[in-house]
Amino acid sequence: MIAARSRVRLGSWWLSPHLLTMTVAMASTACSGFQSVLDPKGPRAEAVSKLHWTLLSIATVVYVIVIAVLLYALWYASHRPLPAGDHPYRETPDQADTMKRGVIIAVAVTVIVLISFVFASVSTGSTLGRLGGTKPLRIDVVGHQWWWGVTYNDPDPHNQFETANEIHVPVGRPVLIKMTSQDVIHSFWAPNLSGKKDLIPGHQTITWFRADTAGVYRGQCAEFCGHEHAKMAFFIVAEPTLKFESWVQQQRGEAQKPTDSLQAAGERVFLNGPCAMCHTISGTGAGSKFGPNLTHLASRLTIAAGTLPNTTGNLAGWILDPQSIKPGVKMPPNRIDPQSLQALLAYLENLK
Amino acid sequence: MNADRRTRIKLVGVASLLALSSLVACKREQRRFRESPPAATSANNVSMSELQPGPAVTNVQLRDPYEDNAYAVAQGKQLFDQMNCSGCHSHGGGGIGPPLTDDEWIYGSDPQNIFSTIVEGRPNGMPSFRGKLANYQVWQLVSYVRALGGLQGKAVRTTRDDHMMYKESEQARDKGHPTPTFVPPTSVKQ
Repeated sequence: MIAARSRVRLGSWWLSPHLLTMTVAMASTACSGFQSVLDPKGPRAEAVSKLHWTLLSIATVVYVIVIAVLLYALWYASHRPLPAGDHPYRETPDQADTMKRGVIIAVAVTVIVLISFVFASVSTGSTLGRLGGTKPLRIDVVGHQWWWGVTYNDPDPHNQFETANEIHVPVGRPVLIKMTSQDVIHSFWAPNLSGKKDLIPGHQTITWFRADTAGVYRGQCAEFCGHEHAKMAFFIVAEPTLKFESWVQQQRGEAQKPTDSLQAAGERVFLNGPCAMCHTISGTGAGSKFGPNLTHLASRLTIAAGTLPNTTGNLAGWILDPQSIKPGVKMPPNRIDPQSLQALLAYLENLK
Repeated sequence: MNADRRTRIKLVGVASLLALSSLVACKREQRRFRESPPAATSANNVSMSELQPGPAVTNVQLRDPYEDNAYAVAQGKQLFDQMNCSGCHSHGGGGIGPPLTDDEWIYGSDPQNIFSTIVEGRPNGMPSFRGKLANYQVWQLVSYVRALGGLQGKAVRTTRDDHMMYKESEQARDKGHPTPTFVPPTSVKQ
C-alpha cells in the first residue's frame, strides 16, 4: 500500500514541470560556478576549456551531418520508384563509382578531422606544460586522509608557515605546487584553474596554475581515497597582491594569545587534553603534525576540509562528535564538559 | 541420461557450496567508526600483581574489544607512529624502550596490562597517555602491540606501511629472545 502510494507520488513528480525547470536550471548553472571546468579563471583551465569547446563543436557538426544524411537516405529509399530488371537493387557501374567516391571522401574527411584533433590536443598539452610567467609562488601540498596540508615555502625558514585546506594566491602570479601524500593516492583538482594531478605517497609531483580573476574557487580530491573522499575539499582564494601579502604577514605570525580568562581556560583545555596530541598551534606547546595546523583556524572559511562553514556552532559539533559529521575521520569524539567546551571555543575563535 | 543427471547433481553441489561460502562473508569483522568518547580510564581496577592479602579474589579481566580485528590493528599501527611510540620502541624492535616483538613482557602481556601500561605509564620512561587518547584508541594500540608480539591471530594482518616498505610485516618477523637488562621486582611474568 505504502509502496503503491509512493510510486504514484514519484510518478506525478516526474510528470510535474519541476523536472524540466530543474534540468534547465542545472544546464545553465553548469557553465559558471566556483567549481566548474566550464568557467575557466586561469590559463591552464582556459586552454583545456578551449580544446573542449573546439572538439565538442566539431563533433556536433559531424554528428548533425551524419544524422541528416542518414535521415535523407531513409526518406529517399522509401520514396524513389522501384527500378526495373532482374536484380533491381544491384547498382549500375555509374552508381558504384559514385558510392566509391563518396566513401573515399568520407574516410579522408574523417582522417583529416581526427588528425587535426591530435594536433589540437598535443598543442594544448604543450601549453599546459609551460609555466605561465616567471617567479612562481612555491607551495607544498601534502594529502592526508582526508584533508590537505599546505606549506608556504620561503628561503628564510622563519618566514615559512603552514595552513590547511585553504590556499591563498595572488592574482596573476603563477603558483607552483609540489605535492606528495602521507597515506594513499589523492588527486589535486581545482576545475576553474587547472586539471587534476595525483598526490602519490613517497613520490613528488608538480603542478601549476595561475588565477587571473580574484575569487574563491573550490577544489576537490579527484582520486578515491577512502570513506571521506567526498568530504576532502579545499578552497583556493585568489586575491590582489596587496591583500595576499597582508594575509601572508598575518599567517606568518604565531597564534593569538588568549585575551581574557575564558580564552586562557580554553587554551589549557586544548593543551592538556587530547587536542594537542594531533594539532599544532604555533607559539604554544602543541606541535603535532598528524592533524591540520590550527594556528590561524578562525581565519579560515570552512572546517573539516570544506565540510562545514567555520562557525562556532559547527566547530562545537565537530569537536564533540566528528564521527557523525564525517564518519571514519581520524579525529575521535571528545567528551568535554560544557564550561570547558565554551572556553575552548572562545580560544579557538580567537585564533585569527 | 545418467551422465546428464550426475553432471546436474555436481552443478547443484558446486552452486550450493558457493552460496554457502558467500554466507561466510556475512560474518566479517566490523569497522566501528562511532566509538564512545574517552571516558575516565577503565584500567584503574587492573592490578599489577596476582598476589593479594586476604581471601583470594579473581583479578579484573578486561577484554580486548578488538581481539582479532584487522581494521583495529591497522588503526593501532597508525597510532603507534603518530603518538611517537616508535620514538622509543622503534617499530617494535626496541631502543630507548623495550622491544615489543619478543616474548618478554615486563608489565604483562594481557590486553588489560598493556592497556594500563599505556594509560598509566610505567617507571623509567614510559609516559602516561591518560586523558590524551580516547579509550578505543588505546584499545587499538593494545591490539597492535599484541600483534607485534605475535599474540594476535596470524590472519590479522596490519595492512601495508604508510611509508616505503623496507621491512617484513610484523607477523612474518621472527620473534627474538633478548635477555631483559632490568626487570622490576613487581613485574608479572605471563
